[in-house]
Amino acid sequence: MTRVFLFLPLVLFAVMALYFGLGLREDPSEIPSQLIDRELPEFDLPPIQGFEAGLSNADLEGQVSLLNVFGSWCPPCAIEHPMLMQISRSGTVPVYGVDWKDPPGAGTAWLERNGNPYQRIGNDAEGRLAIDLGITGAPETFIIDRAGRVRYRHVGVITEEIWEGTLRPLVEHLQAEEGG
Amino acid sequence: MSRFLSAIMTGLVLALAAASAPATASPGPEERMEDPQLEARARTLYDQLRCVVCQSQSIDDSNAPLAADLRAVVRERLLAGDSNAEVKAYLQERYGDYVLMLPPVQGNTLALWLLPLIVLAGGGTAIVLFVRSQKRRAASDADAADDDARAARLSDDEGLS
Repeated sequence: MTRVFLFLPLVLFAVMALYFGLGLREDPSEIPSQLIDRELPEFDLPPIQGFEAGLSNADLEGQVSLLNVFGSWCPPCAIEHPMLMQISRSGTVPVYGVDWKDPPGAGTAWLERNGNPYQRIGNDAEGRLAIDLGITGAPETFIIDRAGRVRYRHVGVITEEIWEGTLRPLVEHLQAEEGG
Repeated sequence: MSRFLSAIMTGLVLALAAASAPATASPGPEERMEDPQLEARARTLYDQLRCVVCQSQSIDDSNAPLAADLRAVVRERLLAGDSNAEVKAYLQERYGDYVLMLPPVQGNTLALWLLPLIVLAGGGTAIVLFVRSQKRRAASDADAADDDARAARLSDDEGLS
């Protein structure tokens, strides 16, 4: 009878191996957003150099929108850029930008070089909105519903798969929601 | 030979010490607050808040720009009259529990906090029980010294006879 207990270490090992093995499949650097299903924080950002309009909560009101945090200093943002251009051209959802911690003029020059997918861009030179949004790195993208609530956050580059598989279906679902 | 070994060991220890020592204190002199009391509180808070880009470091250790921004927020909240707990709650609201270096004791972290104690208590109990049973056995062996009977009992246990 007591001999059964001899297998206890083995069983413990198996349980822990399974648990930690599953843990390895998760990305520990991904911090869950605190904003999901909450309203976007209040903000009113000035425009970036050479633009007339900045970006505030009011600009996003009454529509499903995509809010993208970028910076000209951020290499993955350059990789993501063509996808944002494509999304913007498709007209599925208005794309808004937050230029995060760029030196004056850098964001503008970058957009002139690569094209501008954004309807409006806010200049977050101080990085304060980024902290209110719980940003951990650029690029990050939020999908915001008609009521101004954050419904989804994507960390990192929007790839074709993520757009087609996750973001676009979500946007279309939110657009179909009555009154949102 | 042993001198050679001890030289190697000393070298290793020194290398480890050098590696574990923080390279530079991150908050630069330009970040110092005027009020020394607030500065002391800011330092304590920096140490308790996690840098969200480089997650094994506190914002006190980190040179990341976002860590500097977070330190600026801490100072701003302190100047606004927040208590230490309020400053932490402010960042927790934005970044969640992850921003705290020390996980709070709550439902989903109970296992994390209690498991080491449970394992320690369990292991301790097991050791005490084992030692006691060994003592009892030794005592009864000395009393009875009935080796034949014991051998018979053992072979019963083993299922040999």
